[in-house]
Amino acid sequence: MEHYIYLIPLFPLIGFLLNGVLGKRLGKSFVSCVGCASIGFAFAVAALAFYDLLGRHPEERTLVNVLWSWMAVGGFKVDLAFMIDQLSGVMIMVVTGVGFLIHIYSIGYMHEDESYWRYFAYLNMFVFFMSLLVLGANYLVMFVGWEGVGLASYLLIGFWYEGNENADAGKKAFIVNRIGDFGFVLGMFMMFLTFGSLSYLEVFPKAVSMYESGAISINDISIVAMCLLLFLGATGKSAQIPLYVWLPDAMAGPTPVSALIHAATMVTAGVYMVARSNVLYTLAPTACLVVAIVAGATALFAATIGILQNDIKKVLAYSTVSQLGYMFIGVGVTAYWAGIFHLMTHAFFKACLFLCSGSVIHAMGGDQDMRHMGGLWKKMPITYVTMLTATIAIAGIPPFAGFFSKDEILWKAFQFPYYPVMGKIIWFMGTLGAGITAFYMFRLIFMTFHGEFRGTEEQRHHLHESPFFMTVPLMILAFLSFTGGWFGISPLIGHALGGVPNYLEHFLEPVFEGSMNILETVPTVEYGHGVEIALMATSVAIALIGICLAYYYFMARFPELPALIKKSHAMYYDLIYNKYYVDEIYFRVFVYPIYYLAIFFWKIVDAFFIDGICVNGPGWLVKKGSYAVSKVQNGYVHTYGAFMLLGLVGILWFFLMP
Amino acid sequence: MDSLLLTYTIFLPLVGVLPILFIPQKGEGGKDVIRWIAFITSVVVFFVSLRIYAAFDASKAGFQLVEYTPWIKGIGASYYLGIDGLSFWLVLLTTFLTPITIVSTWRAITKRVKEFMVALLVLETAMLGTFMALDIFLFYIFWELMLIPMYLIIGVWGGERRIYAAVKFFLYTAVGSLLMLVCIIGLVWFHHAQTNVITFNLLELYGTHIPRLYEILFFAAFALAFAIKVPMFPLHTWLPDAHVEAPTAGSVILAGILLKMGTYGFLRFAMPLFPEGSLFFTPTIIALSVIGIIYGALVAMVQPDIKKLVAYSSVSHLGYCMLGLYVLTRQGVEGSILQMINHGISTGALFLLVGVVYERRHTRLISEYGGIAKIMPVYSTIFLIVTLSSIGFPTTNGFIGEFLILLGAFKANKAAAVLAATGVVLGAVYMLWMVQRVFYGKVTNPKNLTMPDLNWREFLYLAPLVVLIFWIGLFPNFFLNKMHTSVDTFISQVKVGQVAKVESASKFGLKAGSYHSGKYHHNLPLEKGRHTYPNKHDGE
Repeated sequence: MEHYIYLIPLFPLIGFLLNGVLGKRLGKSFVSCVGCASIGFAFAVAALAFYDLLGRHPEERTLVNVLWSWMAVGGFKVDLAFMIDQLSGVMIMVVTGVGFLIHIYSIGYMHEDESYWRYFAYLNMFVFFMSLLVLGANYLVMFVGWEGVGLASYLLIGFWYEGNENADAGKKAFIVNRIGDFGFVLGMFMMFLTFGSLSYLEVFPKAVSMYESGAISINDISIVAMCLLLFLGATGKSAQIPLYVWLPDAMAGPTPVSALIHAATMVTAGVYMVARSNVLYTLAPTACLVVAIVAGATALFAATIGILQNDIKKVLAYSTVSQLGYMFIGVGVTAYWAGIFHLMTHAFFKACLFLCSGSVIHAMGGDQDMRHMGGLWKKMPITYVTMLTATIAIAGIPPFAGFFSKDEILWKAFQFPYYPVMGKIIWFMGTLGAGITAFYMFRLIFMTFHGEFRGTEEQRHHLHESPFFMTVPLMILAFLSFTGGWFGISPLIGHALGGVPNYLEHFLEPVFEGSMNILETVPTVEYGHGVEIALMATSVAIALIGICLAYYYFMARFPELPALIKKSHAMYYDLIYNKYYVDEIYFRVFVYPIYYLAIFFWKIVDAFFIDGICVNGPGWLVKKGSYAVSKVQNGYVHTYGAFMLLGLVGILWFFLMP
Repeated sequence: MDSLLLTYTIFLPLVGVLPILFIPQKGEGGKDVIRWIAFITSVVVFFVSLRIYAAFDASKAGFQLVEYTPWIKGIGASYYLGIDGLSFWLVLLTTFLTPITIVSTWRAITKRVKEFMVALLVLETAMLGTFMALDIFLFYIFWELMLIPMYLIIGVWGGERRIYAAVKFFLYTAVGSLLMLVCIIGLVWFHHAQTNVITFNLLELYGTHIPRLYEILFFAAFALAFAIKVPMFPLHTWLPDAHVEAPTAGSVILAGILLKMGTYGFLRFAMPLFPEGSLFFTPTIIALSVIGIIYGALVAMVQPDIKKLVAYSSVSHLGYCMLGLYVLTRQGVEGSILQMINHGISTGALFLLVGVVYERRHTRLISEYGGIAKIMPVYSTIFLIVTLSSIGFPTTNGFIGEFLILLGAFKANKAAAVLAATGVVLGAVYMLWMVQRVFYGKVTNPKNLTMPDLNWREFLYLAPLVVLIFWIGLFPNFFLNKMHTSVDTFISQVKVGQVAKVESASKFGLKAGSYHSGKYHHNLPLEKGRHTYPNKHDGE
């Protein structure tokens, strides 16, 4: 009984088609019903499948559902097939669950939009492709979802396409993602060449057996290349350095979209992909190192940009980039389950944060600038409490969800088995980033909800708590942000609490078994409980320092102190405020040169050289030449006579001369 | 009826021409009758070609539905037709696209409707004949016959610079063809010298042994003729002019089918006839294909005219087809054939779509549009779907073709595959940028405000293309299954040829030419050359 998995993507697909084709005619209530019900059903089936998994023996928790043979050419065979195991089970629960809540929220948030039907059609389409991505039983089906969510993202970022900057942002997202996909595709080619398959159930066992038989060794060049190419894909989709630049711009889309696609689900696809490919990455320590370094750098770098953003959604966007960095640190240092753990808790608290910001923006009449906000907590208490909960969670204060997952990642980074020294450096970057995270997140809270209201009178009158449809999802997500971390309590704390097991790690164990077996052969340094407690205390202390600083700057001495610093450190301020000019650099280094190269090819190479000289040149020569020769044919007898004479002389000369 | 099925298919369009000739085209009534006759004829041809689908057995190697009649005995030319997995879908593509094109001209062509329809139907006959001819003499006749109606379609019904474009198209193609003709004669002469038989029978000629130098020369001449048609960089500059000036129907046929004559020519003639020459030029052709992919995409990006953009995108897409052929792996070759079909569908659809707004606004400049999504939502949706197909979005046909080609290429030549794969990124750049400027933003030009959305006729001729886009994208095996056997034969034929020639040079001297002669007759079950040449690249 595993042939029902296809229902999970099927429901959203039906929802997409119904809303897309009929939605405009049948009205908003029809669209809302179809839109939410389709995701609701998908969630129900996913829950059923998850329950099905739990009822089985841990070794048999892999359900495969083959639909049809998709492509079969020579030795290359790929099925359109779905697979649910522990990893995709957790993922699909997060995707459909959070997705369902955000669909409900959208009913309230989008109720005035004239393209309501189009919005829900796209949102359903997103969930359809996201479930393909998660449930695919091979890399190619994953890739279908991978590009598909990119399309949904493109359409939703540019949802209000009449604004050119929105359409620009959508296009940027798609193209930057395509650069990543270029790597993904080549990675798949490497994989097919090395293992002769793209199916999870064939590739990973084969990798393990090839490793055991000595056919490939640790850090085999083809595996490293494969992993790095796949990771290029991940940097695109999951907004890591150097391809993160599309995500902040993607905030042009409606806020629930930012919550669902650009925070909770789609952008975590890269983490899922690396965790899925854990055996390959474990076999390629160099690739792991690259992942971990890129991730650590991204986590820190994006966090610093978050400090000075004034647009509430932009702060959250950079925060997402930074948090994705943490997840990649997790999977990069071979603590795959920790990456997935943070993916899950992040889905809860970041979705909550975005939806809260949506609630704030809704109340502010579309204004996203935090400089116009302040003191909102009195007007919108539910939003305030839920957002505060999620903020504490992301700041990493126990016992909120973010603490457990982030701490686990940092602890594992400290113990990075392949590169112990680099592990410490990455731990340091992550811990520092955690402090900055707490700082900018509480800056957001203080600027938005505390102090005096700084907006216009009109906005002040408009302020209101959001409707029921919006606040209920907020409360559920806030609750999950609070409790979500308890599924993965580390042994140390679990022991202290009287033997609370680590459910999530235990549950995911079989998926990462291959990697763990390989890692057992790697010598590692064991650290005692003392070290673990010290690290944990450090990160909590740093987070608290961040919060206190935020209070000092943005509550106690606001607004004079930030203004003072802006003046005294203008250069650094500008650098960070302008996001290190990365967009500008990319434009100068890539976009303009390619554009001018294209113009050069068109005007000079094509029009002037090939067409002008090589093609029309001979034509021109023939035309001019024949014109010149045709002058001889002028109709005068004396000309012809002269030519006859010349000819005669020529003939005589030819025959008479020796 | 099966015994003459191919003949019926080829010449049925001409049967439709006859009544058209007798109908006066004064007034709308007469024109409509002509349109209906042309349309019904092309639909009948399509249904007859479905009979080919039913009769074709994909598991058999070699040619099927063969018709052979000696024709000009003195020079050994014959009326010899047949299809295999290489030409099968191209034939169906031709019969499928022709009715769609005819419907698309319903309101676009109002002058000289009779002549236009005659030209279109004659063109269909010529195209079908080119794909089915197995006698190289017969092939050449059909090949040249295509030129005349296309020349007229561009030159008579085209835009402002139609004469320039038509003459350019004609001269370009004719130059290549004439060189090819010389080499056809040379080939027959070599065959005669060895066997004392004068024949233009392609299957007999396959085994001809030609001295290396001549083989390289002959291949070069054939390749030039076909590369112009493809068109490969740097022989492509006739294409943008021809496309821009041609009426919509002309562009659709030109991009959809005529360009495939080039790639088909490589597949059927240049590569198997001259495997060693082909081997000699392989690096050049792969390099030119990759250049074409990137160059075409870059130049497409900066075009102000939508039709020109699509024309340059064809250069890029056909670069993939050539790359796929020349890496000589199964995935590459099958992907290449599929991509020929895909390009016919998606680029054909793009030209039809451009034609739709052109009929309303009489301009093709991107800057004249903007914000169309709001005014013509159905049109925009279909345009977006076709765009996705063109940029190789998974679940559409374009993805399958590009993926297989790149996979096949990656096995054989990593550098070429990596470079070619950048075309996938650039493809998204030029198409999405165009889509943004045409469809998104605010409506800046008040003339666009009154454009009606697709009417039923337009919707109906676009819908089958959209269906095919997803059909191929989701169930490519349905299409690929028809190719497997023939592609295997093709690859082994070319590779065995290459190996045999190399061996012959070293071991057997001139006699090696008979090494595989007679193997490729349609009535003999084919012995697979793969057994004699273990192909380590094709993992099985």
